[in-house]
Amino acid sequence: MSIFTKGPIRLIVQGITGKEGNFHATKCAEYGTDVVGGVTPGRGGETVGDWPVYDSVREAKAAVKANATMIFVPPAGAADAIVEAADAGIDLIVCITEGIPIMDMMRAKRYIAGKNVRLIGPNCPGIITPGEYKIGIMPGFIHTPGGPIGVVSRSGTLTYESVFALTNAGFGQTTCVGIGGDPVNGTNFIDCLEAFNANPKTAGIVMIGEIGGNNEEKAAAYIKQNVKKPVIGFIAGITAPPGRRMGHAGAIMSGNSGTGQGKLKAFRENGIVVCENLGDLGAIAKRTFK
Amino acid sequence: MKIHEYQGKELFAKYGVPVPKGGAAFDVETALRVAESIGSWPVVVKAQIHAGGRGKGGGVKLAKDSLEARSHIQAILGMNLVTKQTGPKGRLVKRLLVEEGCKIAKELYLGILPDRETGMHLIMASAAGGMEIEEVAETSPEKIVKVFVDPLAGILDYQAREVAAGLGIPKAATKQFLAMLKNLFRLYVDYDASMVEINPLVLTADDKVLALDAKVDVDSNALYRHPDILAYRDVEEEDPHEVEAFKYDLSYIKLDGGNVGNMVNGAGLAMATMDAIKAAGAAPANFLDVGGGASAEKIANAFRILLSDPNIKGILINIFGGILRCDTLANGVVTAAKETKLGVPLVVRMEGTNVEEGKRILRESGLPMITADSLTDAAKKIAAAVK
Repeated sequence: MSIFTKGPIRLIVQGITGKEGNFHATKCAEYGTDVVGGVTPGRGGETVGDWPVYDSVREAKAAVKANATMIFVPPAGAADAIVEAADAGIDLIVCITEGIPIMDMMRAKRYIAGKNVRLIGPNCPGIITPGEYKIGIMPGFIHTPGGPIGVVSRSGTLTYESVFALTNAGFGQTTCVGIGGDPVNGTNFIDCLEAFNANPKTAGIVMIGEIGGNNEEKAAAYIKQNVKKPVIGFIAGITAPPGRRMGHAGAIMSGNSGTGQGKLKAFRENGIVVCENLGDLGAIAKRTFK
Repeated sequence: MKIHEYQGKELFAKYGVPVPKGGAAFDVETALRVAESIGSWPVVVKAQIHAGGRGKGGGVKLAKDSLEARSHIQAILGMNLVTKQTGPKGRLVKRLLVEEGCKIAKELYLGILPDRETGMHLIMASAAGGMEIEEVAETSPEKIVKVFVDPLAGILDYQAREVAAGLGIPKAATKQFLAMLKNLFRLYVDYDASMVEINPLVLTADDKVLALDAKVDVDSNALYRHPDILAYRDVEEEDPHEVEAFKYDLSYIKLDGGNVGNMVNGAGLAMATMDAIKAAGAAPANFLDVGGGASAEKIANAFRILLSDPNIKGILINIFGGILRCDTLANGVVTAAKETKLGVPLVVRMEGTNVEEGKRILRESGLPMITADSLTDAAKKIAAAVK
């Protein structure tokens, strides 16, 4: 049972004519996602595989009744692709693109605020409900359907590592969401925690954070106030030097804010079970989610 | 991307943010000519490096005449400047900014940056100029004026007035301050700055507003649309390994004091791997994310960069194959290791897409390497190997 979706997914891929877009459209379809077409401006009327390509999201929505989109548009056009999808009335936008200028994202986020749309990412692996659908680039086979664990993470491969550890420890997943490593994104930890808390199939939550910003601290406070399910928390980048950007545009500590130690402290103070070494996640999950 | 103060001031001048009269110089004679051409004394000689705290380190000096200017210029140019931001090794000064001294009545702080929590632009100002803003935030947060600007609307007149009022700008200077602030905001947006900062921004004795310093950092993701900023890049200010990595589109950061080189796919996993190395009792020498769709060639280049660091006593490769397939990784590692004559222990941990094929390639390569089953196992094995 998934969070963030209302009824069956009908997915289009913006940037489907590109190598990555095409590859992952195929992978998502193989996993069982209902991929119904793609959008590349100027390439309308063509087909990619069996999928029709449209010039605009509006056309695609009208023709194939799309309600979700996965964006692979290159960074220079990706924020525009998000706004276009929101204006066309798409419900769920998953933006995979990495490297979007922050000011483009600030404008796009502000523009779609107040519209009835869920944006996941950018710079994220996407969202998967094992056994039902995947909208993203994560390897499907490491996941286990049926729950009962919800996973939310700022990172891509680190999410895979965590999911794999859960699977090996005998825990399936309800939904796994990569919210992305950018400083300005559409969905944050709290959005996911709220949804997992309300989701009856989810019995426990794994939250994977990293240095930079104060989203983990805010999420920790939210958990104490609102979340009735056990939460395990991990922070990547405890050993990173301050002031340097660790790959993700959002992973930078400045002054005393955004440090790994501060986040771990916030976790502990708010009743979150801290996983210090990712290799221990399986064992900690067995203790916490019994 | 960081640029030098003098480059920031060139942008300021272009956008109508007042700066002192002066110019940059890379050698003693040019610097002296700039000093003489200002036409008044004293002048200020400022070291140009990509690090703050230059004044306290002896990189900023006031000269009351030509003789003193020469002595300061000779002392600063070529000096190894150590500030709290450069680390103990310091930075060789190769560029100078020489500009007119001015009569300061009041020092202020002004900065604009994207605020990640709200997704708005944040203007921060403080009447405690010259101090680090982080310090002010800690000791007297009430002295910081904060104004949030909607990215779709841009700075509004009343918001600029709020900043002026918060700083206590005198009436005689208000008009000029408001114009300066709006111009600075325009520059910040036009250049996709991840930060513009003037510290100090001064009010002169004759009620003029003047930017005595200029810090402009530009969002690296937006550099493709700012060729003039790319032209400002000073690779001598960057770590040579990082410059090399930049060429191959690798995300690499050199870490001081490390002995384990590591190569990982994905930024989050790379950070977690660094942490695991540290937890196992060794020290990571770098952060290196080869990215999701790395080719065998890119992997080989990444491996070469790791091996070119003389401090490295061992290498850990940790890959969770999603888009990046394990066989691609294995081919890249084998190519690079054979070419570069691997002289240190290598621990490889692979998981995910095509893992069996990847393991087979490594096994059949005949390269001496230690395989590991998990991240923890890998970290323990590399820590033991470099002991």
